[in-house]
Amino acid sequence: MEKGTFTVKSGLAQMLKGGVIMDVTNASQAAIAEKAGAVAVMALERVPADIRAQGGVARMSDPLMIKEIQKTVTIPIMAKCRIGHFVEAQILEAIGIDYIDESEVLTPADPDSHVDKKKFKVPFVCGARNLGEALRRINEGAAMIRTKGEAGTGNIVEAVRHIKTISLEIENLKNINKNGNKNSNSFESLVREYRVPNALIEQVAKLGRLPVVNFAAGGIATPADAALCMQLGCDGVFVGSGIFKSSDPTKMATAIVNAVAHFDDPKTLAKISEGLGDAMKGLEIATLNTKMAERGI
Amino acid sequence: MKIGILAFQGGVIEHINVTKKATQILSINCKVIPVKYKGQFSDLDGLIIPGGESTVLHKLCEREGIFDEIKKVKNIFGTCAGAIMLAKNVNQGLPDQKTLELMDIELARNAYGPQTESFEQDVETKLGKFHAIFIRAPKITKIGKNIEVLAKNNKEIIACEEIGDRYYLATSFHPELTTTKFHERFLLKCKD
Repeated sequence: MEKGTFTVKSGLAQMLKGGVIMDVTNASQAAIAEKAGAVAVMALERVPADIRAQGGVARMSDPLMIKEIQKTVTIPIMAKCRIGHFVEAQILEAIGIDYIDESEVLTPADPDSHVDKKKFKVPFVCGARNLGEALRRINEGAAMIRTKGEAGTGNIVEAVRHIKTISLEIENLKNINKNGNKNSNSFESLVREYRVPNALIEQVAKLGRLPVVNFAAGGIATPADAALCMQLGCDGVFVGSGIFKSSDPTKMATAIVNAVAHFDDPKTLAKISEGLGDAMKGLEIATLNTKMAERGI
Repeated sequence: MKIGILAFQGGVIEHINVTKKATQILSINCKVIPVKYKGQFSDLDGLIIPGGESTVLHKLCEREGIFDEIKKVKNIFGTCAGAIMLAKNVNQGLPDQKTLELMDIELARNAYGPQTESFEQDVETKLGKFHAIFIRAPKITKIGKNIEVLAKNNKEIIACEEIGDRYYLATSFHPELTTTKFHERFLLKCKD
């Protein structure tokens, strides 16, 4: 019997596809998320919008709070550790978290390196703005990728930018592969640019997609936002502040779950989008003091 | 023939791909389509319910109002959360969690513990020896007298079937990730 293998780690991400993972800060929010049909919850102390507003160093959540959530819901529970903070990751693994998000939403702990994720039995998801970042994280052992977007803004523009960038860069790899010049300079220069082994780049060129599940995250605030990410090719979505910073979290959570299930059906999406109250207020990217997406590249 | 894959959430594309591969191996002329809307179930020869989260599958099927249509499908194959959907009884589910209550088996949800307890290993089955992947897997804790066991892992039942007027196949692991054999068996039963 083998535990903690890459197959088992990426396998859980495969089973989350088509689902919505919701940020929650206590057990009662977790119960609301599960009831609405969340496929997993992300336990954290403050949603990204509050981290932005309140400032200060954002760290791993109190294990006691996570345990309360574990007692309350039956779906997988994720939690965030700071970029490079392998001791926070060890603590989260020790309390039986199902997935760790090594997240730019928290204040980075290591200016140079991410956690060596291959050392852990628990799987990791990491954010990426482009193919190079995604492949570096996979090479470090991440079993799932999400776009960084710009967390806590309720503004979808950065997530869309990251989804399209990754798609374009994979398209480029496919073309190099198709033209039969994968051993030429173009592949070698990508090995240097992305700082990952050639085999990983070749694998992506052959698959025509990332070798792990890829979710959208960072700025999703409405059912239409979630469906947009799905139509752009994501496997599922994370919703951070978008649910519990809206005027009616139960309604919004349910609507976003339904929108991901029916992402390609505009008539159903129209019905889902009716009468939800106010979405989170949101921020213009140009007004931000801190761009979280620029952390941990 | 026409086989539907319940396409709300989970290992949908994995099941579509492996079912297509199984039809090629058996040289069966068979359409394999994703299904999730009312009216898509009545002309299916078989339905496969993938793994995912059983609580989510239940909610989306209920919101779509397709529970009764699914119950009428003659042959159904469920893996992991799909097996939970097939079961008459489920333990460690949500208080309001409903299943299709079609197959005379009882399952305990997420019975091995957190994700760090998920595992892979070789298993002997009546369909041959395979590598099997268990992800936050359920345990099949009770079976009715008409249920045939297809595989055990130590003492635990990990695959079983019910043959009667209708055919139901359930696995607690994910055959779609490693083998076509269970899909081949399902296709042959749908063809009968």
